[in-house]
Parts: sequence; structure tokens; C-alpha cells
Amino acid sequence: MNPVSLTAQTVASPHAHGGNSVSRTMFRVQLALAPATLYGFWLYGWPAFFLWALTILSCVGFEALSLKLAGVPRIKGTLLDGSAVLTGWLLAMTLPPWAPWWVAVLGGFIAIVIGKQVFGGLGQNVFNPAMVARVALLVSFPLPLTLWVLPLPMSALATPDFVGSLRIFLGSLPVPDAVTSATLLGHAKTELSRGVDLAAALHAGPGLSWIGMRAGSFGESAAILILCGGLYLLITRVISWHAPLGVLAGVAIPAAIAHGVDPGRFLSPEAHLLSGALMLGAFFIATDYVTSPNTTTGQLIFGLGVGLLTWVIRSFGAYPEGVAFAVLLMNAMTPVIDRFCKPRILGRDRKGKPIDIPENA
Amino acid sequence: MGFMNLFKHFLGDDWGVHPDDRKRPAADRPLRVMPVPEKLYLPLQQHLGGPARPVVLVGQQVKKGELIAEAQGMISAPIHAPTSGTIVAVTDITAPHPSGLTLPAIILAADGRDEWIDCQGCADPFALDPVDIGKRVAAAGVVGLGGAAFPSAVKLTGAARSKVKTLVINGGECEPYLSCDDRQMRDRAAEIVDGIRIMLHATGAAEALVGIEDNKPEAIAAMQAAAAAVPEVQIRPVPARYPMGSEKQLVQVLTGKEVAAESRTFDIGIVVHNVGTALAVRAAIRDGRPLISRVLTINGNCTNDPGNIEVLVGTLAEEVIAFAGGLKGDGIGLARRVMGGPMMGMQIPHWRVPVVKGTSGILAFDAQEVAAQEPDPCIRCGSCVKACPMGLLPLEMSARIGNAAYDEAVGIGLKDCIACGCCAYVCPSKIPLVQYFVHAKGELAAQDRNKLRNEATKKLAQQRQERLDREARERAEAAAKRKAEREAAAAAKAAAEAAARQAAETEGESA
Repeated sequence: MNPVSLTAQTVASPHAHGGNSVSRTMFRVQLALAPATLYGFWLYGWPAFFLWALTILSCVGFEALSLKLAGVPRIKGTLLDGSAVLTGWLLAMTLPPWAPWWVAVLGGFIAIVIGKQVFGGLGQNVFNPAMVARVALLVSFPLPLTLWVLPLPMSALATPDFVGSLRIFLGSLPVPDAVTSATLLGHAKTELSRGVDLAAALHAGPGLSWIGMRAGSFGESAAILILCGGLYLLITRVISWHAPLGVLAGVAIPAAIAHGVDPGRFLSPEAHLLSGALMLGAFFIATDYVTSPNTTTGQLIFGLGVGLLTWVIRSFGAYPEGVAFAVLLMNAMTPVIDRFCKPRILGRDRKGKPIDIPENA
Repeated sequence: MGFMNLFKHFLGDDWGVHPDDRKRPAADRPLRVMPVPEKLYLPLQQHLGGPARPVVLVGQQVKKGELIAEAQGMISAPIHAPTSGTIVAVTDITAPHPSGLTLPAIILAADGRDEWIDCQGCADPFALDPVDIGKRVAAAGVVGLGGAAFPSAVKLTGAARSKVKTLVINGGECEPYLSCDDRQMRDRAAEIVDGIRIMLHATGAAEALVGIEDNKPEAIAAMQAAAAAVPEVQIRPVPARYPMGSEKQLVQVLTGKEVAAESRTFDIGIVVHNVGTALAVRAAIRDGRPLISRVLTINGNCTNDPGNIEVLVGTLAEEVIAFAGGLKGDGIGLARRVMGGPMMGMQIPHWRVPVVKGTSGILAFDAQEVAAQEPDPCIRCGSCVKACPMGLLPLEMSARIGNAAYDEAVGIGLKDCIACGCCAYVCPSKIPLVQYFVHAKGELAAQDRNKLRNEATKKLAQQRQERLDREARERAEAAAKRKAEREAAAAAKAAAEAAARQAAETEGESA
């Protein structure tokens, strides 16, 4: 009767799409990071901008190189999905703002090549690439990775100009001692190891951390801006509340108990929540799709694990900060969590057996 | 996106998706009735179950409503002539299916007189025996008009046998773009309620719950007015959420009962029918008219004049579109042809395929609507897990199917998948998840068939060997028997001869 003329490639239903895309998701996360990033530029000047730009650039560069070596046909399309940019961006946020150029390049290499592409690229990695790079850098080069500068508006020194900043970034000009300082967590750890009571060691409360007026990583400082970005992601449904709340609760609950028992030995929950990478970790790292559990229950458990481990490392470990380590440890637990936290199938019990049919139906 | 939905989202009670329904303006346009086309193409398989068997000869004159193909087997449905005319061929035509493969059909040339046969209606259906109603519905070829096209009589009699208590009427119409049920509920509410009452009588159920999504306020109002005096028929607005019209989901929302996996709604005392089916049942019982036409929605950005049209079964989609005002720019920019809804409908290869009993819509999409794109890698975002109304893990299933580990996919719930398409709808990487699942189900079915065939072959071979052995044994036994008989005969003969000789000798001696 009719000749079979296939005028279009056959596709299965559905024939409509909600419009979400990988690049839109990545763009929204970047948008959420923007306020804290811009504020970071203002706090730390040109060196921070150079660091941010080069970290992203090296991540994209290594991504392109890896894709080419792997023989991926759609290099441009994959680069445009924004995942490499986001990895670089998140990594830059966790670095000391005046870190030298090679930290950015090496960080980009570790994050993209070792952290992501060797596993098979986007969606295949077990560990959060930015955290892999952060931890590898910290363990390998503890000195430049713990060289914190005071926010420039607080510093006595004049803001370095463009050329001066470039020289600091390229390492030809040493970072002046006058601008360096310890982070709150680092200071607390040092003082504790010297046997000084925390009540005596910490003069000011952690309140200044809300607006980032304290030495710290480039993008981790202004807790309020990170929080705003996180809320934006919650409202646009890029993330759900389970993982962030888990992280915050996982830190706050043990911190509150311990601080209540021995305030001279343990930091207050407020100091924990507002310091270091915790806010960034809660809203931007623990919510990483690829390396966190799929179900909301799983994400809550994952978040609690990250929070608790962070508190344990901060309070008892050798390092003053533990978010990155905690995230990596929980990343390794993700497949296990996924295995045990499956949604219940409609019409079946948790074990997968069909539910009982009531006798008197 | 209402406040309640946002609240439910935060609680995690958020199955399904909220697609842009795109039902208006088509839903608000008055129903149009398409005139009889020149030729009608009636596939023998328009329903779930066994195909019908033709009972007409080429060249035979038939009247409107005359049986032209009878049901075959337990689950099947007959087909009737949608108009009067001549049977011109029984041959293969392109199926309304993405494959573009053919299937056998009866082709009927209309004579233009549109002359009915004598219809045996019934003035008081409630005096009929429920079994009789089932028989009449079966004879009228009524199938579920929601899309699955399951023979309705099987469900009616099955429900009566299972002593169901509740009849759930599906007026959800959760598929975007489609509004044929909406239109009929607005225009024919009283007839639908009458049909529901007949169904209540046929199934023996005490009450009927009519679930209508709250994005159809006119339909809800019309149905409430029509059912005001009928206490056993309750109109229940339900939240607009896809796939609300899916059986298990609608039952759960309306009754709070959960249908167990691997079982049917009968088992919890419920049977589900579509509103359009209620109309068809009413026509079959009250007027004695078989199912020969249906209302469908023409929609999509490429259509000039979207709306609802009553069409004879067997009309080519091409002609329906032409009647409905054609396509914009004669089909320039047409990206996809779909029969059914956008979420679960089928892509068709061209417009020269007929409308069948289950066709709820003909959709002409442009590129922007279908948003076709090369899939990106899965980023494990879990959107599909949140969207799945069955509580499955689409991303895990597709990963396993990608590795051809079909049994593992079954282990995590592949067989519970209802192919609603929520997962693929929300997937940011635009992975064709439903295609994976349909493929895997097909592979598993093929494996099962192969297994059955292998077993059958093995059994046959075994039987043959047994037969050969038996025959050889029988032959050997027969030979042995013959030999024994021969020997016995020879012995007897020898004995007789000996006796004769002895007798002769004795005689000689005595002589």
C-alpha cells in the first residue's frame, strides 16, 4: 500500500522536554557563585582575579586536551556544558587568594585530568574534582596553600596595583608579611596546640565572617553571600535542601554539644559554621550531583557525614580545616549510601516484594 | 506552581512532573465533526490482545455499523464498518507505529449514503443482566479510549467476577496538548454520567469516583452539574500533575489504596475506565451502536487550527489534518508527527496512517517543541529519581541497560516501569531513558521467546528420540515375536509330522 518512507529518525516518547539542560544547571551554579566571587575580588584585589581566571582557564584547557586525547567527537559541545569552568571556579574559591600561578595550573591539571577525565569524564568521577585538587595541593605544597592574606580593606598596606599584582601572582614579588594572617580555624588550632585556652585566644567572635572580613580562602569568606547563592540554587531547584542542611547540622550539633561541655577546648557552632569552607562546602560541594547520592534521604545522610567528619577533623585532626577531606571520604561512601537508600517502588515493600493485598478489599 | 506543590516538593512528595499543558486554545474550541472520507483504512489490530478476523469478502457491500471483523480469542475486539460502502481490499497498510511497519487492514470505500444497519438499542439498561451488558459491550467492539485500547468488556465482566466495590473513572487527561476528554466532559456530561451508571450496573460496584485534573474547571463544573442528582457518581478534582491519569497513580490519589506490584486493581476492589469509554459503553447499550468513531485532539505548533474533532475510525491522519485547517506553511518547520500525547504517544513516519480506536490525538510539533538534541553524559543529578512516579532509579536502570545487563535492570525495577516519560522529560542531559527501557523490555521479551522456543525444540527432539526408541523396541519385539511364532509353528509342524509318522507306523503294524 504505502511505501515505508521514514522521513525522520525514529525516537521514543516523550516528545516534549522540560527544558532543563546540563549547561543551564552549570550556569545557574556559576551565577550563584558570582556575588561571593566579585566580593572576593574586592577583598583581595587583582592577584585574586588572576588566580580565579587562570584556574578556570587551565581547567578548560586540560579538559579540551583530555577530550582530544580521548578522541571525543564533540569537544566544543562538551566544553560549552560549563562543567570544567565550574570545577575551576570552585577550586579557585578554595585557594588562598594570593596563591602563585603554578598553583592554579597544577590545580587545574589535578582536578580535570586526575580528578575527572581518567575516570571517563563528566558524570563518571567518584571524587569531587575540585576537592581532589585542593587536597592534593594542600598535602603536596603546604606552605603556599596556607599563606593567607588579610582582606585588603583591613590591611594597613596599600592595595597592590595591576602590575604589582601580576608580579605577586607570577612569584617575582614576595607577598609582604604585613598582609598575611592566620585564619580563624588555623589560629584556634595553633593556640590550642600551645595550650592557650580558646576563650583567651579568640578576642573577637566569628561575626565578622558573615561579611568575610577575616583571612581565608578567596571565595570562602563572605558566608552571607555564599548563603544567598545557596538559597538561589534551592529556589531554582538546582539543589535540594537535604545535603546542605545535613552538612550544617552535622557540624553544628556536635559543635554545640562539645562547646557546651568545654568552651575552652572546642569552638562554638557559630565559629564552625561561618569559618573555612563550610558554607561553600554545604551548598556547592556536598550538592555536587556526580559525587553525591541520588536520593534525598541519601543526600541527607551524605551531608550529615560530611558535617560530622569536618567537625571531627577540625577538632581532633592535625589540619585546622577538614571540609575537603570530609567530602572526599563521603564521596567514597556514596555508592554504599546509594545502595541502601533506594526509593520504595510503588506497589512493593522496601525489599522489593509486592505489597500484601488486603483480604477485605 | 502553587504553594502546595512547593511545600510538597520540600517534603519530597513530588512524584511526576508539571509540564506546560498546552491544552488551550484547542480545548476551548467547539467540537467539529469530520464528514465521511472517501476511503477508510481499518487495521485488524486496534486493541490490546488478539487481532480481529475479517468476516467480509472483497467487493462485499456493508452498511454502517456492520461487523466486518470478529474478535479472536479471550482478549480481542471486533471491528465494524464506520460507514456504508464496499470492501475494496484486505491488505497490509502502514501501521500507526514508529517502526513504519505494515499490518493487515480492511479497506472500505464509502458510498456516501452513510446508511446504518438496524441497531438493537435498549431503553432500560438497568433491567439487563450485567453479563448481558458485558456481551453487548464486547460485541460493539468497545475498547479503552484513554490510549491503551484494552477491550472494555473484559474489564467489565472481570470486575463483576472480582466483586469490585469502586469504579474509578479517569477524566484526568494528564497528557499535555490533549483535550478530547475535557471537551467531551464539557459537551456530553449527562451522557457520560449515564454511561458511568451503566458501568456501575455492569460491574456491580457501589460507587464511581470521577477523577478530573483541576486544570479543567469547566469540565469539573459540567460533570458536577450532571452528577448532582446521582449520589453514587462523585466528581473528584485532582491536582494537575503528570501522570495523574496513570491507573495506579489515580487510584492512589482518589482512594488512598496502593495497587500491589504484579497485580491488578481488581485485587483491591477497584476497576478503572476512561470517560470516553463511558460514552462508548452508553452508545453500545442504549443505542446498540458499535464503536466506529472517536473524538481526538489536533494540536501542536505546526497546526493552523488546533481543536477537537470527531473522526471515523480508519480515517487517514492526513485527511484529518486537512479537515482541521492543514499545517502551517504546508508543513514547513514540521519536526515530528505524533499520534497520542507528547509524553507517551508514538512518532509516526508519515501522515498516511489511519486513526484507530485508541488514537487520542494527532500532534504536529515544530523543532522548538520537541527540543531534540544529542544526549549529554549523565551527571547523576537525580532529577529522574525525583520525577519517577513509580519510585524507580531511571539513571541506574539505563546505566545497566547500556551494559546489556538486562537482568540487573529488572532487579532494580525495570518491570515496574510504566514508560510515562517523566524521567526523560526532566533529564538535563536529554538522555532518551524511555527508549532504553522499551529496548530492554523488548530484549527481555525476545530472550523469553527464545527460551520458550529452545525448550519447545528440546522437548520435540526428546519426544522424537523417545518415539524412535519406542518404534525400534516395538520392531524388535515384533520380530522376536514373529520368530518365536515361526519356531513354535515349525515345532508344531514337526510334532504333527512325527505324530503322523508314528500313527502310520502304528497303522502299518496293526495292518
